[in-house]
Amino acid sequence: MKWTWFHRLGSPKWFYELSGRWLPWFAVATVLLIATGLVWGLAIAPPDYQQGNSFRIIYIHVPASFLAQSIYISLAIAGVVSLVWKMKIADVALQQSAPIGAWMAFISLLTGAIWGKPTWGAYWVWDARLTAMLILLFLYFGVIALGQAISNRESAAKACAVLSIVGVVNIPIIKYSVDWWNTLHQPATFSVIEKPAMPAEMWIPLLIMVVGFYCFFTTVLLMRMRLEILRREAKTSWVKAEVARLVGKKHE
Amino acid sequence: MSRVFFLLILREARLLARRPAELANPLVFFAIVIALFPLAVGPETQMLRTLSPGLIWVAALLAVLLSLENLFRSDFEDGSLEQWVVSPHPLTVLVLAKVFAHWLFSGLALVLLSPVLAIMLGLPADRVPILLASLLLGTPVLSLLGAVGAALTVGLKRGGILLALLILPLYIPVLILGSGVLQAALQGLPTLGYLLWMASLMMLTITLTPFAIAAGLKISVGE
Amino acid sequence: MNESIFAFNSFAEFIAMGKHGFYVWVCFGITIAVLAINVALPWLARRRYLNQEARRLRWEAMQ
Repeated sequence: MKWTWFHRLGSPKWFYELSGRWLPWFAVATVLLIATGLVWGLAIAPPDYQQGNSFRIIYIHVPASFLAQSIYISLAIAGVVSLVWKMKIADVALQQSAPIGAWMAFISLLTGAIWGKPTWGAYWVWDARLTAMLILLFLYFGVIALGQAISNRESAAKACAVLSIVGVVNIPIIKYSVDWWNTLHQPATFSVIEKPAMPAEMWIPLLIMVVGFYCFFTTVLLMRMRLEILRREAKTSWVKAEVARLVGKKHE
Repeated sequence: MSRVFFLLILREARLLARRPAELANPLVFFAIVIALFPLAVGPETQMLRTLSPGLIWVAALLAVLLSLENLFRSDFEDGSLEQWVVSPHPLTVLVLAKVFAHWLFSGLALVLLSPVLAIMLGLPADRVPILLASLLLGTPVLSLLGAVGAALTVGLKRGGILLALLILPLYIPVLILGSGVLQAALQGLPTLGYLLWMASLMMLTITLTPFAIAAGLKISVGE
Repeated sequence: MNESIFAFNSFAEFIAMGKHGFYVWVCFGITIAVLAINVALPWLARRRYLNQEARRLRWEAMQ
């Protein structure tokens, strides 16, 4: 088994070059998918026979919730990679994706609360999934706060890695305990693997939005990571050359 | 191996005996927080009884958190932690002994104090054994999870509020199960299932958290 | 008009979203704003960093 690609992926220079080539494609895919999903979800998909047009909030609530959960899992995966293989890129990925995850949890909570008003008659109901998302937001705050409190970058990355791994082991326990605490929750209506119960004209735009949000995350993460690599590796000759090139291009 | 474990517990006991305030402060805090609630929500017996499971558990959670802030602090400052990290004994066993000693002297005292406060809140006396059982199973989990946060923040100047931010979300399952047991007991429902869940949660944390605590200490010492 | 692919008959109906226009538009508006902030922050930070580096390089060249 050849592992060279894996170790090369850990080299900041290689990653910077590769991500530079990928970034435009992800950006274009994000814009196309989210624009299509928005128009389809807002204007074309039929209204829900029970909830009317307020159900259209699902087209941002569900993608944001998915993304918030998967980003936390990816934090822990990056944490394992950074602790086991001491890979610099994993450190950068961990610390740069945490704020995006927190924003997604925030969107999920906010849209969930606003959606709650026409559906349940109150902005905030202690529903199991909303509560679990609130706890996830707190977990994100913990990772971000710990990363900012430790001034040494290497220790900060390692500490965040440990915390996110502990968090990820806890997430299923938290989820089950919250579900059990609030047994009156609706079952999940949409899953990528199972055949959804919704009609196709409703879930196809949802799928488009979910993929669009994942592309959005990749785009923003690559932007953040590339800047962070320029900062961290400022002493190396290839970054000096790259910065000189970028600066020269700006002032022509 | 077990010799080191007991020696370490003995050392902790001696250290705590010389600083009794460190032992008493979380207990006093626990009592004060419990006393605040009747003053805030009113003294009606029925309401206090319904609220008592949640109040006791939230207060216990905060008291344990408060006592954990300085768990590794003095060992970090006098260099004992560095000795632990380089010693031939596995760090996981050492931290387990340390946290166990801490629980034995502060967590257990909290458990023993709780019936008094629970009865003041109007919990029927025949439900006290269930309260004791739930706290006995729950406080070790709180101590161990909190120790992870304490290990990660021990090198920082102002770790207190950060520790709470890191650890309180992780305490939620214990809080839910612990107050759930008491609520079930108040309504006369069977409680064994909940207690078994809490026991399995305790075994899980005893097995897994020492590795996280050891990793956290290594990071803090290495800085 | 009935063969139209859209779920609404007029633009006014589209804005009204039945009775739920307020909730739907607030949600989508805030989400779009948050997404825009997420893109703008690293973009601005990158521009600021490059400007700073440009100033440093020019200053070093003068020395």
